[in-house]
Amino acid sequence: MNILPIILIDGITYASWLFLVSAGITFIFGVLRILNVAHGSLYAIGAYLGATFVLRFAGQNQQSWTTLPLLLLGAIVVGLTLGPLIERLLLRRVYEQDEVVGLLTTFALFLILEDVMRLIWGIEPYMVEGPYRMFGRVHMAGIAFAGYPFVLTIVAILAGLLLWFVLHHTSFGRQVTCVISDREMAGALGINVPRIDLIAFALGTFLAALGGAFTAPLTSVEPGMGVSVIVLAFAVVGIGGLGSIGGAAVGCLIVGLARAAAVQLFPELELVVIYALMVAVLLWRPQGLFGAIELRKI
Amino acid sequence: MNGATTHRSFLVGGMVAFALLALLPLFLSDWIVFLLALALAKGAVVLGVVLLLRGGLISFGHALYFAVGAYTVAFLANRFGVGEALVAVPLAMVISGLLAAALGLLLTRFRGIYFAMLSLALSMIAYTVLIKFYDFSGGTDGLSVRGFSLAGVTPVHSGLVKYYLVLVVTAGVTYIGARFLASPLGYLMQAVRYNEIRIEYLGASASHAILASYIISGAISGIGGALVAYLVGQVSPELAYWVASGDFVFVAVLGGTGSVFAPWIGSVVFELVKNYAVKFSPSTWQLTLGVFLLLVIYFQPQGLWGLLTRRRAKPR
Amino acid sequence: MTTAMLDVDNVSRAFDMLRAVDDVSLSVADGETVGIIGTNGSGKTTLLNLITGYLQPTSGRILFRGSDITGLPPRRVTTLGVARSFQVPQLYTGLNVLDNVLIAIAAHSGRGADFWTPLHRRDSLVRAEDFLARFGLSDHATAAVRNLPEGARKVLDVVLSVILEPRVLLMDEPTSGVSARDKFSVMDTLMPTLKERRVTTIFVEHDMEIIERYAERAVAFDAGRIIADGPVAGVLGQAEVRRAVLGEG
Repeated sequence: MNILPIILIDGITYASWLFLVSAGITFIFGVLRILNVAHGSLYAIGAYLGATFVLRFAGQNQQSWTTLPLLLLGAIVVGLTLGPLIERLLLRRVYEQDEVVGLLTTFALFLILEDVMRLIWGIEPYMVEGPYRMFGRVHMAGIAFAGYPFVLTIVAILAGLLLWFVLHHTSFGRQVTCVISDREMAGALGINVPRIDLIAFALGTFLAALGGAFTAPLTSVEPGMGVSVIVLAFAVVGIGGLGSIGGAAVGCLIVGLARAAAVQLFPELELVVIYALMVAVLLWRPQGLFGAIELRKI
Repeated sequence: MNGATTHRSFLVGGMVAFALLALLPLFLSDWIVFLLALALAKGAVVLGVVLLLRGGLISFGHALYFAVGAYTVAFLANRFGVGEALVAVPLAMVISGLLAAALGLLLTRFRGIYFAMLSLALSMIAYTVLIKFYDFSGGTDGLSVRGFSLAGVTPVHSGLVKYYLVLVVTAGVTYIGARFLASPLGYLMQAVRYNEIRIEYLGASASHAILASYIISGAISGIGGALVAYLVGQVSPELAYWVASGDFVFVAVLGGTGSVFAPWIGSVVFELVKNYAVKFSPSTWQLTLGVFLLLVIYFQPQGLWGLLTRRRAKPR
Repeated sequence: MTTAMLDVDNVSRAFDMLRAVDDVSLSVADGETVGIIGTNGSGKTTLLNLITGYLQPTSGRILFRGSDITGLPPRRVTTLGVARSFQVPQLYTGLNVLDNVLIAIAAHSGRGADFWTPLHRRDSLVRAEDFLARFGLSDHATAAVRNLPEGARKVLDVVLSVILEPRVLLMDEPTSGVSARDKFSVMDTLMPTLKERRVTTIFVEHDMEIIERYAERAVAFDAGRIIADGPVAGVLGQAEVRRAVLGEG
């Protein structure tokens, strides 16, 4: 059996899964200069809410096309409510302070959200297999692949394109780019930085929740599902470069392909390979492959 | 405050605390004694984190050394039949220290968020290795620590003996920590946070100071891990997980960075709060801790130590 | 001919198109006191950065007592005997004055790697208090540096470099930020001490009075080049210097 197509397809679908969460983290870091440790929890909440909407409103017909917009709706609700809430209440006070404070604040948020999820949704896993089954199997290069992961890939690509378009072809996007390169200067130029902060965080939250919502059909939605995602996302942005969405995309592809190759060739090294790559890139280019953020000069 | 009075008050404070802790088992249940021992052992790792925090460096990967120390004890007991703490704990310290020296050479080039991310990555490599290489590490099941002896004696009431072992080791680590914090190297580490250029222009090396601190930090974290391995009797890959590292940083901030005693105060408070939070409401203990951390960050950033010493501060 | 204490040989430093230091040559003998003058941006601080290794020259060499120190890092240059104070004081802002001084004393006595004996040792404290008293900083000993007035911070910055007992001391605007009343008292304490220890002193200054009072020799900079070099009175009298540096005519 030719493993190359398996590695390729597997790698790309894994990359797509990671992209949404990583893009969110790197985007938030670029604008707010905070590394959001709670981002995995936002991913998980997106999964829970998406699953909840599907189970509630698609009712009997879980294999219909209405499930997809319901998942999307879950992500949008998270982005519009939780995002601004967190940014206003928690993060706003932290911007001017030491990096430690931001890291610890989001770590505290992570602890809080993990339990909030348990309180709201309990500890039993939620299953929304409908959309997964709906897409059956796809045949490529003589191998049968599950169809649903391709949906995830399409969502990731669409999100990426949308993000790219917004950043480069709208006035909001230009303002965001300005804030990313120099917060103080942006303020001096008359840009409403607090408003940009709010929207950016909401957008990042939406992306994570989107990743979670569309992952729900792939796996069981249960407590702790966000805890491992976050470190994988850190690995991706470490490789791709903090603050760069294109970097996140490239980082995801590298991580996805490397992991897929490891799974086929050296299964024990599946996860090791990801973090080893992160270390290697950080040692070689500390700011990541496409990092735009200047290192503190020593 | 001149050096002599702080030295004296440290000794007095330390001896009082030591005496109190030595007497506590007479009044408290076995479970609380165990919790205290656990808190004290973990306190060594927290001190390790504090040493770096004082220089402005956040290590989000200290669980690595904690795990290395713990697994050293497990391997010695299970594979080599050596359950002797007087051999295992120093060995754990040496192995962690050597690892810290090797990794420190890589890490000391970084500051800020990059230092945090790289330290995180290194600890996650350890975690994933421990999970995947079952024959080596017992995989996700971990290993149970088969055997404990102190000076050749296998005690009947091992819980109590372990408590006193931890207490004595803690006293030792506190002493070393105190001397370090008061030394030129300890102050240079603080200076790193404020002005690295000035350090270079005094003819000293910021990277050397950071590396030395990192090695000591790794070594004492290994001691902490070794002690916990004996206390709990079980080691698992979770010891190296990123959340464990996050908890150590949490406790470091909770206790404060202002004194060598702060990490242990923070650690004891943390274990006690966690214990009662879990008992009281199993599905909200993390939430409680999270809110607690936020309160500390917003209202008392110097941590509990800052709270304790606030009234004694002289006006400037 | 005895080797010069400090030799700057045809040193240049360019930043893209801008030649911040342009083919500068300077020779300073043992024990000399040299004042460097010039408008902002004329290359004075860049020269100090080049000599002490903070920047690399794009061409030329720098010699200290005959040996090549070009491109050595600041740490090496400092331990060899060339110390420097800064235009913007470089201090440990979160620590107090006494600790700043003690750290300098420890670094100078080779205790930078000492993790066992206390920083606040009896002998170090005595030396520190002596320095603080001499430069009028005793009252500020326990104050955090970030709370110090500008002038005191400047003085502290100079004190830190003096503690290193250098053979050559480079000072970047030692009296800027110091009140008019204190300027002279600081320099009156500092310069005789340096003279007495035969420290070769090179200082950048904007205050011509300070130059006239304390320097023997003046070097004038304009647009990265030296336009005059000689006894103070002579240099200050030259028309080109008056025009370029003092803005007259």
